[in-house]
Amino acid sequence: MTLSQKRIGARLLIGVAAIGLLGLGLTHSMAGQERVVKVVAQRFSYFPSEILLKTGEPVRLEITSTDFLHGFKVPDLDIRADLPPGQVTVLHLTPAKAGIYDFLCDNFCGLGHEEMNGRIVVKD
Amino acid sequence: MINRRDFLKLSAIGGGAVFLPGLVGRANAAAAAYDDFYFVQLSDSHWGYEGPANPEAAHTLEKAVATVNALEKQPDFIMFTGDLTHTTDDPEERRQRLSAFKKIVSALKVKDVHFIPGEHDASLDKGAAFQEMFGKTHYTFDHKGVHFITLDNVSDPGASLGDEQLAWLAADLAAQPKDARIVVFTHRPLFDLVPKWDWATRDGAKAIKLLLSHPNVTVFYGHIHQENHHYTEHIAHHSAKSLIFPLPAPGSQDKRTPLPWDPALPFKGLGFREVEAEAKPVAYQITEFPVVRA
Repeated sequence: MTLSQKRIGARLLIGVAAIGLLGLGLTHSMAGQERVVKVVAQRFSYFPSEILLKTGEPVRLEITSTDFLHGFKVPDLDIRADLPPGQVTVLHLTPAKAGIYDFLCDNFCGLGHEEMNGRIVVKD
Repeated sequence: MINRRDFLKLSAIGGGAVFLPGLVGRANAAAAAYDDFYFVQLSDSHWGYEGPANPEAAHTLEKAVATVNALEKQPDFIMFTGDLTHTTDDPEERRQRLSAFKKIVSALKVKDVHFIPGEHDASLDKGAAFQEMFGKTHYTFDHKGVHFITLDNVSDPGASLGDEQLAWLAADLAAQPKDARIVVFTHRPLFDLVPKWDWATRDGAKAIKLLLSHPNVTVFYGHIHQENHHYTEHIAHHSAKSLIFPLPAPGSQDKRTPLPWDPALPFKGLGFREVEAEAKPVAYQITEFPVVRA
C-alpha cells in the first residue's frame, strides 16, 4: 500500500503510565478530551492491527504489551515508543492528514517479528 | 576520473558484475602501500530455517561453500555479514544452529573467515551465544592497506549501535589517516532504507556522520536479501544477496514476505559476491555469483 509522502503534523506526547502511578490522574483528565483507542501488542501481532482515525481528532492510544518489550513505530508520523510488558504505554496524537500509515514492532522479538505490523487509517 | 553518477557499469563477468568506483581517490602514501586483492561476502544463510521459501534450505549453505571453494582464485578472506542462523527462542537450539553453521563453513578452503551477527543470531540474547562461538560482535582488522571496521547493529533488539560502540567507532576513525581506505561491514543498513520494514539502524545516522569524516569509505551489509546500491553523500552502501530466500524490492509491496521458491529455477535470487579492491583508481569491483554455478 502506498503511503502519502507528506508527513502528518502529529502532536505527540509519549507517556508510560504504570498502573497506580500518581500521574494517572493527569492522563485521565486528558483522556476526557480525547478518543481512547486501546491496542494490545503480543508476539507477533497487534490487536487491532488496523486503527481507524479521523483527521483533526485528538486520540489517546493506550498500548499494552503482554509478553515482550515490543516497539511501536509509525515511520511516517515520526512516532515510536518502547512497550514495556505489563504496562500501559500512552501516545497522544491528532492526525492532520488523511492517509494510511503503517506501523511495526521495531524491537526484534522472535520468529514472527517480521510479520508484527499494522496500519493506521486516517479519514476526513 | 569517473563520475559517481555513472557508477553502475554492468559487465558480463560471472553472474553479473557491477563496477563500483565509489571511492575515487588520488595517488598518495596510503595508495602506494595498497595492493589489489579480493574478498568474498556471504550473508543471511539463516541456517535452521524450514519453510516453503526454500525447500533446499538444508543444503543451500553447503552448496555455497562448495561454489566458493571452486573459485579459480581463492579470496584473501571471507566475510559473513550476519543472520548466520534463523532465530529461535530456545538458547540451546540457538547454540546448536550456530555450531552446525560453523561446522559447515569450516569446509571453506580459505581459513581467514570473519563473522558478524544478524538480529536472528543475536537480538534475543544480546549476542551471548554468538560471542561464545565467534568472539566479538564489532571489531577491526587491516588487510593490504585497507582498514576494515565491523559494526554490530543487532545485539540490541532495537537495532541501535549504542553510544559506547559509537564512541569506539569515533576513536578508531580518529586514529586513521584522513585518506585511509575504509570498508565497513554491518548487518542492517546504516541508513533508512525502508523504515516500515525495519530496514534501518535506529542510530545509524550517527555512524554515518562519523564515517563522513573520511573520504574513502564503503559499506557492505546484508539483511535485505538482495543487491542494493545507495549513497549517503560520498559513502557507498552495498547490500548482498542471501543464501536462503530473496525478499521483495525495497518498499515495493505491503509486506516484506519472502519471494516464492521457483521449482523451475531453484536458488533463484540467492548468491554471494566477490569484491575486488583495486588500488588505482581506488575502487571496489563487485561480482555476483549464484549459489550453484552451471
